[in-house]
Formats: sequence, C-alpha cells, structure tokens
Amino acid sequence: MNCRSEVLEVSVEGRQVEEAMLAVLHTVLLHRSTGKFHYKKEGTYSIGTVGTQDVDCDFIDFTYVRVSSDELDRALRKVVGEFKDALRNSGGDGLGQMSLEFYQKKKSRWPFSDECIPWEVWTVKVHVVALATEQERQICREKVGEKLCEKVINIVEVMNRHEYLPKMPMQSEVDNVFDTGLRDVQPYLYKISFQITDALGTSVTTTMRRLIKDTLAL
Amino acid sequence: METDINSQDRKDLDKFIKFFALKTVQVIVQARLGEKICTRSSSSPTGSDWFNLAIKDIPEVTHEAKKALAGQLPAIGRSMCVEISLKTSEGDSMELEIWCLEMNEKCDKEIKISYTVYNRLSLLLKSLLAITRVTPAYRLSRKQGHEYVILYRIYFGEVQLNGLGEGFQTVRVGTVGTPMGTITLSCAYRINLAFMSTRQFERTPPIMGIIIDHFVDRPYPSSSPMHPCNYRTTGEDTGVTYPSVEDSQEVCTTSFSTSPPSQCVFTVTKAHFQTPTPVVTDTLRVPMAGLAFSHQPAALGVGSADLAYPVVFAAGLNTTHPHQLMVPGKEGGVPLAPNQPAHGAQADQERLATYTPSDGAHCAATPSSEDTETVSNSSEGRASPHDVLETIFARKVGAFVNKPINQVTLTSLDIPFAMFAPKNLELEDADPMVNPPDSPDTESPLQGSLHSDGSSGGSSGNTHDDFVMIDFKPAFSKDDILPMDLGTFYREFQNPPQLSSLSIDIGAQSMAEDLDSLPEKLAVHEKNVREFDAFVETLQ
Repeated sequence: MNCRSEVLEVSVEGRQVEEAMLAVLHTVLLHRSTGKFHYKKEGTYSIGTVGTQDVDCDFIDFTYVRVSSDELDRALRKVVGEFKDALRNSGGDGLGQMSLEFYQKKKSRWPFSDECIPWEVWTVKVHVVALATEQERQICREKVGEKLCEKVINIVEVMNRHEYLPKMPMQSEVDNVFDTGLRDVQPYLYKISFQITDALGTSVTTTMRRLIKDTLAL
Repeated sequence: METDINSQDRKDLDKFIKFFALKTVQVIVQARLGEKICTRSSSSPTGSDWFNLAIKDIPEVTHEAKKALAGQLPAIGRSMCVEISLKTSEGDSMELEIWCLEMNEKCDKEIKISYTVYNRLSLLLKSLLAITRVTPAYRLSRKQGHEYVILYRIYFGEVQLNGLGEGFQTVRVGTVGTPMGTITLSCAYRINLAFMSTRQFERTPPIMGIIIDHFVDRPYPSSSPMHPCNYRTTGEDTGVTYPSVEDSQEVCTTSFSTSPPSQCVFTVTKAHFQTPTPVVTDTLRVPMAGLAFSHQPAALGVGSADLAYPVVFAAGLNTTHPHQLMVPGKEGGVPLAPNQPAHGAQADQERLATYTPSDGAHCAATPSSEDTETVSNSSEGRASPHDVLETIFARKVGAFVNKPINQVTLTSLDIPFAMFAPKNLELEDADPMVNPPDSPDTESPLQGSLHSDGSSGGSSGNTHDDFVMIDFKPAFSKDDILPMDLGTFYREFQNPPQLSSLSIDIGAQSMAEDLDSLPEKLAVHEKNVREFDAFVETLQ
C-alpha cells in the first residue's frame, strides 16, 4: 500500500527543541495508541483504558496532551534528547528532522527477515534559531506556542481523514501491528529516527539512525 | 434509511452517540477548569470507561448535559452546543467558544457500528482532548481566578454564533460517519478578545450557568476535581453576580486601593458599586469629594505620597505644605474614570467626573483627575476653582467624616462648572490660612525672588482665595514692559463668568430651537442650490 507521509515544520529556539518535538510526537502517538488488548476465546478481545495527561511546556506557551504512559514518555524523551544533542553538536545551521514511522511487520519465510512496511510517516523538520535579547525570546515563546497549536490542528485533521489503518489483528498477529511491549498502552508499531541536515538538505557526517525498537534483531 | 440498519445496531448506535455526547461535554468542561487534567491508563479493562478512554465524569456536568439533552440525541438540525464564556468580577461577560456536536444527512451505510464507529468515536474524543488545549480560551482558562472565571452552558437546538464577535474562527475536530448520518464535532472560537462591556450574559439568560470556581479547595480530591461552590441556576442570580444596575458605565470598579478610611480617601471598593444602598451612597459621596480634593491637615497619611499633587503655586511652597491637593492619581491603578454624570447636561463636560451612586442620588460634582491635572499643571494661579472646592472640602479631618456632607451639597449644584459659580462659602473664619492676614494689594508680586517665602505679597484680595500666596512668579514673564504682569493678569481673570452656552436652560433651549429651525434652513438652502453650484464652479 502507499505510505501516507505528513511533514511538519517548526522554527524554534535551541532550548525549545525538546518540548516542541515531544509535543508533536506525543500528539501523534495519542491518536495512534489504544489500550492493551486482552484476547479472550473465540477471537474476541477487550481493550484496556488509555489515560491522558496535560503537559505544560517550560519554554513555550503551550500545553499538550499525552497518553499516561511513563514508559512511552521515557522512550520519546530519550530519542528527542539525542536529537537535540546532535543538533547542538552539529554546529551547522541548526537544521534537522525527526521521523516517526508507523509500520507493519510482514512475516517472511526464512531466511529472509521480516519486512517492515510503513503505512504512515510523520516528519518534523526543525530549524533552530538563535535569539539575542530576552524580549525576542519572550515573543518566540508565544509565537512557537501558536505555531504548535496550528500543528496540533493539522495533525488532528490528518487523523480525522480515517484513511488506512491496519486491520485489527488476531492474537497471533498482534505483534505485527502493535507494540505490545509497554505495560499500560499499546501504540501501533513505530520507529523514530532523525537526521541532521545542512542548508542544502543533504545529510552530513553526523547522520545517525537510531531505532527505538530493534525489530530487525533476529 | 432506517431499514438498512438493524434494531440492535440502531440501539448500539444511539447509545454510543449518547455517551459520546456526554463525554464530549466532560472533556470540554474539564479542559476549561483551569487545571491540568491527568488520568491513569489501565491495562485491564474496567468496563465502565467508554471509548476506552479514561475520562472522569463530573456529576454536575453530566447532570447538566442530560438536562440539556432531555432524552434527545443530536440529530439533523438539532445540535448539542457547549458555550464557554468568560465573566469578570465586575459582571461583564464575553462568549469565547461554542463547541458543536452536529449530525448531518450524509450516511455511511457500510460502516460497522460496534467496531468501526466505536473506534472512530474514540479517536474523535482523543482529537477533542488535543484541540481543547489549543484554542485561545485554554490559556485564558488556565489563568482564571480572581479577575475572571470561565463559565459553560449547554444547550440543544440551533447553534448560536452571534456572541462570538467579528471574524471568529472555526476548527473542525473531526467527523464520524454512521448509517444514520455523519457526526461532526467542531469549535467556533472568538478571535477578537478585546473586552466588550455589554451585558451579553443577560441578553440570553442561560439555561444554566455554573461557575467553575477554583478558589476553594477540593473536598474530594479523589473524585471530582471541580468544586461548584457557586452552583446556581437561572432565576437565582444574585445581585452580586449580575449587578442590577443597568448602566454599563460603572467602570470605576476596575481597581481600587482599599485603605483604611482615615487615610485613603478613595476607599470605595467594588462592593460599593455593586450594591446600591444609601449607605453606600453616602460613603460614596464623601470619598468622591475627597477623591478630588482632600484637604487634610498635615497628617496626610493619605494613601501614598505619590498621589499627592503639590499645590500649583510653585514659588515658595513646600510640597509638604498642608495645602496639598489630594488627587486620585492615575498611578496605583486607582481609577477615576468618569462615571455617569449625575445630570444629563453635564455629560459633555469632560472636566467633570460625577459619580453616580446607583440610586442616582444627587452627588457631588467633583472635578476629575484630568481636570485637576489640567488645572494644576497649566493654570498656575488659577486657584479659584480649586479654592472654591477646596474651601468646601478643606479642613476635613477624614474622608468619611459626616461634616463634609453639608459642604458637599453646596457644590452639588445643578450646573456645569459648578465650581466656577460664585457662591457663599462657609469659611472657617478662624482659620488663618483661609483668611490670610491682611495681605497687601498686589502691586508687585514680582518683587523678590522666586523663592522668597514669607512675603505674602502675592496674596490675592479675592476672598475666594484660601491659599496663602506667598509669591507668584509665572515663568518666563517679564515685568518691565507692561504695567500688568502675567501673574496679575491671571489673578484678575481667574473667575471668568460662566459661559452662557453652557448653562442648561439656555443650552437646552437653543438646542431645541436649532433643531426646530433645521428644516427651514434646509429648505432655504435647497432653494439656493443653483447659486451654490455656481459658486462651487467658480472655485474650480
């Protein structure tokens, strides 16, 4: 199938990178997570409950909603932290992007490894700006807050199109569709990667590809 | 249409829609409580969490929602709306958002009720959670407290977007197609947050109006986060919340400094303006008088020193001289916004600020702070208007002393610029300051330096003066050209006669006459149209 691709762009100050990325990623994952499945006999299943919580940003006038799952939050913070460090160390123009990819696993026959077929990719391009005065920073706080509000509205709009979603799997297939490793919620299988780019858009030596879930491990 | 869906599915769908509507209201209202919301995930299904989302149910909100729905469901032409509005502590209110849950005719026959529709409704609720934090009202609601509160109102029927002002924006949260129609959830929110003081809230009495109040601690922290301590329904509105005063000009209440009566002259608090009782009126009068001028002897612990305007006469006067004009300064946020004038004709008088106690009683005509500033800053030497008032209000011991009431009524004359009108003054004869010891005539007030004190040469023979004018030397005036110097000029022309056009009777009459004569004048002009045109052509 075709993979849906959405691109969002934000311009933030250095210290706002983490919160802005977390806001976007959590908003997407809020929509792409369900409660834990509990399969019963006869192929039926029940779904657990997803809690939500508000998160206030410290450096942006913005509040976002995330699923109440500390594990998920930790995982996201880890990768966003790495992205932020990479951005800072790159010394370039402060351009980078993160990709959140939802995929399905397709079992292949031995010796071939399972295929990962993405069905939705969210790309967030980040441009880091440096501000000189406190007043500019204050304005930036508000402006970035407003921008993020727009991004959330964009995300919700895409989610609402009710386009392709993987079929609800049977018990044997659930790990091909969902990430069942978390204790309290069950997001669709996803992976996050990031790239630091220079102004031309090509990746430089500090390109890294990090996987949250090493699904290719055999 | 109905034959395509079996009865069990129909029942399920109705149930889903009903609970979806209730949960929608909960999400919206909880998002406007002003607090961060946090619910826990649970891996084992409890069976009571609709749409697999942990959304708490605040009982009052559910109750109100059910009352509004009255057993119906959102259908075509019948939408469920949640109106979020802001209400200030003065009683002004403004609609911020309208969240609409609507149904339209577009049906999706193929869709599975128990599975797809349910999951999509769940997704829609998640979207609603996200969007409610993103509209402008969210940040306002997080900051609610003493200055304003956020209210909600649920109604069923046609969507009313009139109260949102010009240029409101709409955001669509999402849609879910069902065999009975497409459910749409959207929000229309106000952009123009400039405050309007019109009483919109009273225009359409709400079905219910529950104040979400956060001043009070939660008695049940484990359950409902909201403490509706101001729960009330229409018909029980108290005067405090909806002030009965019809005029919307009671804007003086924005910020008052409350100080002990003996010190600060403007101890009027908000409550005074909202409860129109005679007691308040009296209290209002005195400080009103005192608001403009409070002439208190040296122990002027009036508020703060920065509110004192030193007497205009610069020369030789100490700023700590007892003749300090107490003016309600603009600093400190003490408002002196002119209220509705006591008398209609005075409405145009920008220099007069008269305070209207709500019962409309006669009140003192007191100059506004602008007035006093004008007077004090520009017209040096034009002490008389001040003097008049100062005489009236001078020598008060305190702002709320009863004595000044009589004196107040002296100046509460029915004419504009009452202060200029000559009147009999009750001067305290014994007071040496009021009656300066025989002051020589004003021959040469310019003799002596600017800073000479002690010489009372500048004292005017005007009995209206109660200042001891030590010396008066207007800046930049030369004394050798004309026999009359600037200071003398000022003093002589301090008391101009009242302008005839400003007196009510004459003014009103002439106005009426003018209005009557307008048609005739117009007729005459129309006759001469050709002449006018010719004239215009000559100009071109």
